[in-house]
Amino acid sequence: MKIINCPVNGARPLQEFAYGGPFRDMPDPATASDAEWGDYVFNRDGAPGVKREWWYHLASGVWFVAERDTLRDRFLKTYLYDAGDQAND
Amino acid sequence: MPLGLLRFAMSKKHPEPRMFREPDALKAAYDVVIIGAGGHGLACAYYLARDYGITNVAVLEQGYIGGGNTGRNTTIVRSNYLTPEGVRFYDESVRLYKDLSEDFDLNLFYSERGHFTFAHTDSALSTMRWRAEVNKHMGIESEVVDRDTIQQACPELDLDCGGHLPVMGALYHAPGAVARHDAVAWGYGRGADQRGVEIHQKTRVTDIRVEGGKVVGVETDKGFVRTGKVVSAVAGFTPRITEMVGLRTPITIQPLQACVTEPLKPWLDTILVSATLHVYVSQSSRGELVMGSALDPYELHSTRSTLDFTESLSGHLLDMFPFLSEIKVNRQWAGMADMTPDFAPVMGRTPIDGFYLDSGWGTWGFKATPVCGKTMSYTVANDREHELIEPFGLSRFENYRLVGEKGAASVGH
Ligand SMILES: Cc1cc2nc3c(=O)[nH]c(=O)nc-3n(C[C@H](O)[C@H](O)[C@H](O)COP(=O)(O)OP(=O)(O)OC[C@H]3O[C@@H](n4cnc5c(N)ncnc54)[C@H](O)[C@@H]3O)c2cc1C
Repeated sequence: MKIINCPVNGARPLQEFAYGGPFRDMPDPATASDAEWGDYVFNRDGAPGVKREWWYHLASGVWFVAERDTLRDRFLKTYLYDAGDQAND
Repeated sequence: MPLGLLRFAMSKKHPEPRMFREPDALKAAYDVVIIGAGGHGLACAYYLARDYGITNVAVLEQGYIGGGNTGRNTTIVRSNYLTPEGVRFYDESVRLYKDLSEDFDLNLFYSERGHFTFAHTDSALSTMRWRAEVNKHMGIESEVVDRDTIQQACPELDLDCGGHLPVMGALYHAPGAVARHDAVAWGYGRGADQRGVEIHQKTRVTDIRVEGGKVVGVETDKGFVRTGKVVSAVAGFTPRITEMVGLRTPITIQPLQACVTEPLKPWLDTILVSATLHVYVSQSSRGELVMGSALDPYELHSTRSTLDFTESLSGHLLDMFPFLSEIKVNRQWAGMADMTPDFAPVMGRTPIDGFYLDSGWGTWGFKATPVCGKTMSYTVANDREHELIEPFGLSRFENYRLVGEKGAASVGH
């Protein structure tokens, strides 16, 4: 069974979590061009690598950030969101 | 064909030549390089050679022929999609499939079974009515049927699914079929090979060289090859290839798993799909139940299998067929599905001159193999999109013109 380390609840089985998508910065919708907005809404960095992602612990309602290797499915780090974080994708 | 088999009994040596040559070295240049010897890449090569006389073509495959999603799918072929552009496209594919065994002189075990998609809720039933009307309007055999009709077609089914999710009706598509997936790749591969196309297995494309916005060649682990036209037909590897040319796309990769049971006497002659229960099942000509479920819930570039999958699939299958409780699962596997936000493919030319995409095939691309070969070869030969694929261009995400196939493609192949 796959175990994820929730920053609040500790080691829990994968079944207790939901994937929330990649961690990304949103362009300002008021100033972004249609092309920039479309790129933000639809396009993704689809190639494998170590990515920052949102994950959610269903049982306790905790959202957190995980750094995961999407080629080997290894969670390298999990931590609570800090508003100073910059997306790196 | 069956009489021809006698030769195998009479002759001491294997009387058939091998299906493909094994070209020893890459040439310095080709008119077209196709990345990926799955069904799509090989079909494109076949029609380029057969219909356009373009034979100076190399198909480069990092593994072996058909070893990608082509050899991993659950082989369902149908055309009862939701959007007119989808229905038109897939119906052409079904039409091509019907004649393919004859064209190849190779038995593809193409077998029309009838395809039921169950509705367990009112809202599902209303989507099915919508699909049926679109389908009929486009001349496709497709209708909403009631519980009795389903029970007649499959007396073994518990229509109430254990009581908690009764089947209310179904969308029925008589031409729904299954086929032998490897043979589709082999047939296209042999036909392309006989017409002069080179298929290089165990040859990986490591980079694509672009100069002044134009493709000039590909780097491989066996050296550089010059070419002005590259077709990417790599399904689950698409983001790695588009990254080589700096193209952004919405394609993300999620595993899709499948499994088969031990062989049983024939009892199930239709294809049954329940999106609500996350089950689809058919019985192969060998007697195995071929089954699949929903996508794995997050991005992953791997073909690993999980116990979660077999556990939840078995549970739901038993809701439908309690009598299968003693049956064993024989094999399970996974493929990497190249998913798009609108559940429609990404095909055609790209902003890079000479770089063509045949991608975004997710969980639904096996049925499209012949029509992809036809339309991609046209597009490459004429440097202009075939009209059937015009709605599927990459630019639709810039222009906010998505296709909206979700209701028909998300789970139910
Ligand atoms: C479990 C499962 C069930 C499915 N069920 C159905 C179904 O019932 N009906 C349906 O219509 N569709 C189904 N699909 C989808 C279908 O299998 C695929 O969409 C289709 O097979 C894609 O074919 P392809 O030829 O484009 O890709 P593939 O068959 O994946 O071929 C791509 C090839 O490219 C090669 N490649 C990748 N990168 C490189 C490189 N850098 N250099 C050289 N070669 C490279 C790979 O090795 C691979 O062989 C299913 C998929 C899965 C995983």
